[in-house]
Amino acid sequence: MSARNLDHPDAPTALDRREFLKVGALAGGGLVLGISLAGCSKPAELAAKSVAGGQPVAWLKIAGDNTITILVDKSEMGQGVYTALPMLLAEELDVPLKAVKVVAAPAAAPYVNVFLGTMITGGSTSVREAWGKLRTAGAQARAMLVGAAADEWKVDAATLKVADGVVTGPNGQKHTFGELAEAAAKRPVPKDAKPKDPATFTLVGTAQPRVDTPSKLDGSAEFGIDVKLPGMKYAALAQSPVLGGSVKSVDSAAAEKMPGVVKVVTTQSGVAVVADHYWQAHTARDALKVTWDAGPNAHLDTAGIQTGLKAARGTPLSARKDGDAAAALKAARKKVEAAYELPLLAHATMEPMNCTADVRADGCDLYVPTQVQQIAQGTAAAAAGLKPEQVNVHTTLLGGGFGRRLEVDFIPAAVEASKAAGVPVKLIWTREDDMTHDAYRPPAYDTGTAGFDATGALTGVHIKLTSPSITARMFPPVVEGGKMDPFAVEAAANFLYDVPNVAVDYLRHEVGINVGYWRSVSHALNCFVVESFMDEVAHAAGKDPYEFRRALLGKQPRAQKVLDEAASRAGWGQAPAGRHQGIAVMEGYGTYLAQVAEISIEQGKMKIHKITCVVDCGHKVNPGIVDQQISGGIVFGLSAALWGEVTLEGGKVRQSNFDNYRVLRMHQMPELDVHLLDSTEAPGGIGEPSVAVVAPALANAVFAATGKRVRALPLAAAGLA
Amino acid sequence: MITLKVNGHTLETDASPDTPLLWVLRDHLGLTGTKFGCGKSLCGACTVHVDGAATRSCVTLVSNVVGKDIRTIEGLSADRSHPVQKAWLELEVPQCGYCQSGQIMAASALLAQNPTPTDADIDTAMQGNICRCGTYPRIRAAIHRAAELMKTGGAR
Repeated sequence: MSARNLDHPDAPTALDRREFLKVGALAGGGLVLGISLAGCSKPAELAAKSVAGGQPVAWLKIAGDNTITILVDKSEMGQGVYTALPMLLAEELDVPLKAVKVVAAPAAAPYVNVFLGTMITGGSTSVREAWGKLRTAGAQARAMLVGAAADEWKVDAATLKVADGVVTGPNGQKHTFGELAEAAAKRPVPKDAKPKDPATFTLVGTAQPRVDTPSKLDGSAEFGIDVKLPGMKYAALAQSPVLGGSVKSVDSAAAEKMPGVVKVVTTQSGVAVVADHYWQAHTARDALKVTWDAGPNAHLDTAGIQTGLKAARGTPLSARKDGDAAAALKAARKKVEAAYELPLLAHATMEPMNCTADVRADGCDLYVPTQVQQIAQGTAAAAAGLKPEQVNVHTTLLGGGFGRRLEVDFIPAAVEASKAAGVPVKLIWTREDDMTHDAYRPPAYDTGTAGFDATGALTGVHIKLTSPSITARMFPPVVEGGKMDPFAVEAAANFLYDVPNVAVDYLRHEVGINVGYWRSVSHALNCFVVESFMDEVAHAAGKDPYEFRRALLGKQPRAQKVLDEAASRAGWGQAPAGRHQGIAVMEGYGTYLAQVAEISIEQGKMKIHKITCVVDCGHKVNPGIVDQQISGGIVFGLSAALWGEVTLEGGKVRQSNFDNYRVLRMHQMPELDVHLLDSTEAPGGIGEPSVAVVAPALANAVFAATGKRVRALPLAAAGLA
Repeated sequence: MITLKVNGHTLETDASPDTPLLWVLRDHLGLTGTKFGCGKSLCGACTVHVDGAATRSCVTLVSNVVGKDIRTIEGLSADRSHPVQKAWLELEVPQCGYCQSGQIMAASALLAQNPTPTDADIDTAMQGNICRCGTYPRIRAAIHRAAELMKTGGAR
């Protein structure tokens, strides 16, 4: 992963610098378009490499029978990439979305996420990254098909028309794409094929039905947990109850005698029981007698983690420095200071972690719901004793990702079990396994200091963030040499308000357990801190929190506009009697959004009546999916803000299932008013940002209602939920 | 051998009688549309109909449903034509989709008992079904829409 700033990515320069597309012929006639492989410049080489493992490397295949197949290099985890990404290609090709078949791309270099340096579905990058490359690929493919027709008919390509996958000539000649594919594949890739002007889009920008919806209504959609292979066995895994512990010894005699048990395998992740059926494996797991080496975390608990974060000392890294905040604060007439605490959180995807591996002497097929195909491939290869290119990764649908499936901790045991048992093995974690062995959202201890001068003007703001680094574990080169983890300072380093002296500092402090990327990553932590703190500053200034923000956003027109629209739609300042409002605004992933929460306090508990959310995410490829993601993100944010908290005792996670790790349910759902602004700006990310704005909007509403400032999440810990 | 009546078919399984129905459906009978989410009747992903009633298959032993009419998402209709499936399609309810089999089975059981549910009825019937993607507003709207579809001739 590169250290690129995801909030402000440049154009995909890594690809622009080299020739973008290569072309090859499909066996049996047809067109294959793909990004050039490094060190592979000839179409023939591409064609040869592209069928490694039987999986063609391409974006697009047009077969002689007119079948158009689009390979999607991002994982479908509910965010709609199997629909939105093909829409970009279909738009340029002038084919209806329903005419294309969508399949998952294999793990291969051409599919590297150019924002992030490896195949990753994350960082709300999918559409932003595809926006240039897939439209260009589509335009080039279209030009090649049209060029083939123009040559055959000996007419100027500019006189041809394309609609619904048919090229029509000036005298009414017609060819389908399938008929042209073989000739098109022999043409050079046009360097000057330009994608359409967005103003002329007919497909992109419309709320096309998702291609994956029908299969999700009748049970036919295949998630990782649904994979079935001939001869496949099932596995359950016993893992160290203390995070970071390992197997000291195991007595599997009783388990091995249980019905259906095929083998007991001690793996790097714990002890796997392989059986004919899953329930047999699960039952036999309980009969294992495992002695665990607890490792270094035997005495780790939540209080110690929070105390450690608070007490952490050291020289922080500067994430933002405008003017001289220290001097401004020293000279201030009036100061506001506050400290905030964020808990560990679990991802709790609905589909528990699972992986199906088929290890053979010469290769491995891996069927896995993953957000990181190449990392999964390398991990499986290492566990199998194979080379990465000997592992074929088949990405299934993901029953939720949220960053959890950026981790590959559930892969090695499946691979090791398959190798040891000599059969394909599907390993399934229980909900309890999942909840107690997550890579949790980082905890944090953060402070804000603000100063006003004698005239009452806000002259300085200092935000100091202290948390462990996810990137240091996942992608160590990014932070090598003490460099900043860019995924620890989001929604703080881009402090939006016009204040002359601003400092944002980050102190990395590790807490002994793995922390992971969790939907919206540090935006969720830092937006809570910054937007709660600016609310405190507004009240200290005696100003209305909306008006105060608005006045400081004059140089941020997009932020100011979403703030204004949210205040207007929510009826800011005009809540019915007994109801109270809180507001928050953020820019993240190139998207601007503001939320207003309207609550009441009933018998000491908060009741959330309505969340208003106004979004400027630039061009919307599919507004229906944008609405789904923004709404769904708010629900995800509500669960976290209200109840989300993972606690440790003796290195063991106390939460185990949905009874003690509560998430929002139907009857707790407030009214949502999600409003998407029209915009011609470049597309912003939509999967994550709305999550982050919920907690500060709610906490600010609590202050409006009670005068009590909640500085630690979840709100349940303050007795409010 | 255990004999079960699933989606109108009589099926045999060699599963142990103390196996949860969920795993018999998924592993023994190949009906993987019914999902594993929690194993403790906390999330609703495994919801099926047993004699018409929404039932959590993860905590229902297979021995307890012998002779009963078991219906899974695969058997709700042959062609996604159940009013709930139609409404779900029309309103584009699913995101990741993992919980949706359970949501659809819970909603169809509700509508079979109560063809015109209020929001409060929906809250009561659906609060056992978690969706982490947050599709609740569309689920609610789709249940109302399915009720309309049933009224206008799609009743079953």
